Amino acid sequence: MLKAAAGSASLAVNEGKRGNIGSHSLSALYRKEMADHVTSKRFIIIMILVIATTIASVYGAVTGISSAIKNAAMDPKASFDAHFMFLKLFTTGGSSIPSYMSLIALIGPFIGLILGFDSINSEKNNGTLNRLVSQPIYRDSIIIGKFLASSTLIAVMILSTGIAVGCAGFLATGILPSGEEAVRVLIYLVYTILYICFWLAMAMLFSVFTRHAATSALASIALWLFFAIFMSLLAGIMANAVYPVNTEYQQAVNAFENYNLNLNLNRLSPYYLYSEASSVLMDPATRAINAVSYAQLVGALSGYLQLGQSLLLVWPHLVGLLALTFAAFTISYIGFMRQEIRTS
Amino acid sequence: MTDTIIIRTEDLTKAYGTKTAVDHLCLGIRRGEIFGLLGPNGAGKTTTILMLLGLTEPTLGKAFIDGYDCTRESMQVKRITGYMPDNVGFYGDLTGRENLRFTARLNGIPEGEIDPLIDGLLEKVGMTQAADRKTETYSKGMRQRLGIADVLIKDPEVIIMDEPTAGLDPEGMREFLELIKQLSVKDGKTILVSSHQLYQIQQVCDRVGIFVDGNLIACGGINELGSQIAAEGHYTLEVETEPCDSRFLGYLEELDGINNITKKGNTFVISSSRDLRRDITKFLGTNEYKLLNMHQKGGDLDEIYRVYFEEAEKEGDDQDAKSGSRKRLFGR
Repeated sequence: MLKAAAGSASLAVNEGKRGNIGSHSLSALYRKEMADHVTSKRFIIIMILVIATTIASVYGAVTGISSAIKNAAMDPKASFDAHFMFLKLFTTGGSSIPSYMSLIALIGPFIGLILGFDSINSEKNNGTLNRLVSQPIYRDSIIIGKFLASSTLIAVMILSTGIAVGCAGFLATGILPSGEEAVRVLIYLVYTILYICFWLAMAMLFSVFTRHAATSALASIALWLFFAIFMSLLAGIMANAVYPVNTEYQQAVNAFENYNLNLNLNRLSPYYLYSEASSVLMDPATRAINAVSYAQLVGALSGYLQLGQSLLLVWPHLVGLLALTFAAFTISYIGFMRQEIRTS
Repeated sequence: MTDTIIIRTEDLTKAYGTKTAVDHLCLGIRRGEIFGLLGPNGAGKTTTILMLLGLTEPTLGKAFIDGYDCTRESMQVKRITGYMPDNVGFYGDLTGRENLRFTARLNGIPEGEIDPLIDGLLEKVGMTQAADRKTETYSKGMRQRLGIADVLIKDPEVIIMDEPTAGLDPEGMREFLELIKQLSVKDGKTILVSSHQLYQIQQVCDRVGIFVDGNLIACGGINELGSQIAAEGHYTLEVETEPCDSRFLGYLEELDGINNITKKGNTFVISSSRDLRRDITKFLGTNEYKLLNMHQKGGDLDEIYRVYFEEAEKEGDDQDAKSGSRKRLFGR
């Protein structure tokens, strides 16, 4: 009797000590993933890539802007728009160096892919996942921890380089951001983070369902190529098939529909969503992203959109990107939860 | 206390498509014993273990560890059960100590207690020297020992090891088995070891279960299984005599119940269906032979294994005998 009582008491102590095990394990996994990434060689490579990109783009922007100003001073016919100069630091390229915006749009997906493509299958192949799932943790905390850790790193990377571009531009040109510009840049960076997280989720999805890390890397790169290049071709072909514009008559009837269909098909691609959103955010002169008829333009004054109006334009893009990211993550989550994990 | 069942399975079945990996397994493992799950590759040992840990769902039946349902209450089960998979893997770019620390955190052990705990465990498995090296530099034996330390972090009541001895050198094996023995005797852990290597299991296990094609075809202590074989009529006798001539051979061939006789030097190896020792010694004594050596084989695991495996194969060939003599003898 006494023995049993002592036993249950020690058990209770044990329970108390190990209470709330779910959050413990998630934070442990999160910290470990973070540490793993930060100390890995591949992270150093990405970091070098991102820093080099940032420096190059700042240099390009500064030279581009100064030559534009010089041109405007020399040649009275050349016009130079001096509004929103701070945003131009991000959107202007110069002397054949692309802008920060286009460089990040290019390498961003790769940051996500590199952080995610072997997250699950390499652990499976090393036999560590096996050990992990036999610990008293909920299995979903493994995949959630990995996703959160990687997306934190992405956020830190993007925010810090974005701010670095602003600071370097300020030091080089003396341009100070207005409040609106600062907010625009911040929102643009948030979109960028979300876009890269989509690719992270995609890469993790492949890593759940493929056995080898190389397969998942190739598959996610193929997907990126599809969205970045082939999607727009495909959208054009499909739009032309549905609303042909071969004859003058067809053009008169179908041109508007054709353009809309093409645009909407393109918007299925996260690549297009992101580039459209970032161009609206970073260029207040963009007043519309859909086809606009002449009738609608009658009496319109050319001017800049206010921040709120720009946000209205890109609100659906935010929702779309979020939805795609969640869809990718949910599929990998379900797949991972249902998988039987054993050493192969 | 020692006789209570801690791991219990009831009609545990797992089917992958049409293939049945584990077929209505009913097993009871007592608290504090070392149980060896023996069987050839692909017999369903790993699947059984995965079901015990709640890592895969059984198609049918239930399993319990210490009263917790392995499928529904897998969190509780995993709290009291340590699992060492075959080919145990560690994060290669972390040191052994860091790997253990990670496991400790996953188990919710307070930060302050982690380091002394790990030091103690490293000492126990003899890995203190190598603890601060990256695990990618470890040998198989070292990884195996670190694996044990890893399992012990949560201070489990039940330890399940899947093929722990595969790929170890003889010295590593000896140390490893010594460690297992200690865990059972000193710390009172219940240990379930799966293996296809017989001799090691024989050295340390209190009881073994022999697993073929998803069926547990025999279960019990080593001696028990030995006598079961004997009862079924498998005797192998080695007799070395001086002289070792054809007259003796002629006598042997006349005896009842002889299956096979082979001659190796001065030794006859006789397999028979009954105990021949009384007859042979009488013959040798009356005919002035000099008996140099007589050894009755049987009761060791290799013999047991061979017999059961042959039986399993025979049944594979002859489906009619499916539920014949075996069930009668070894039904549990």
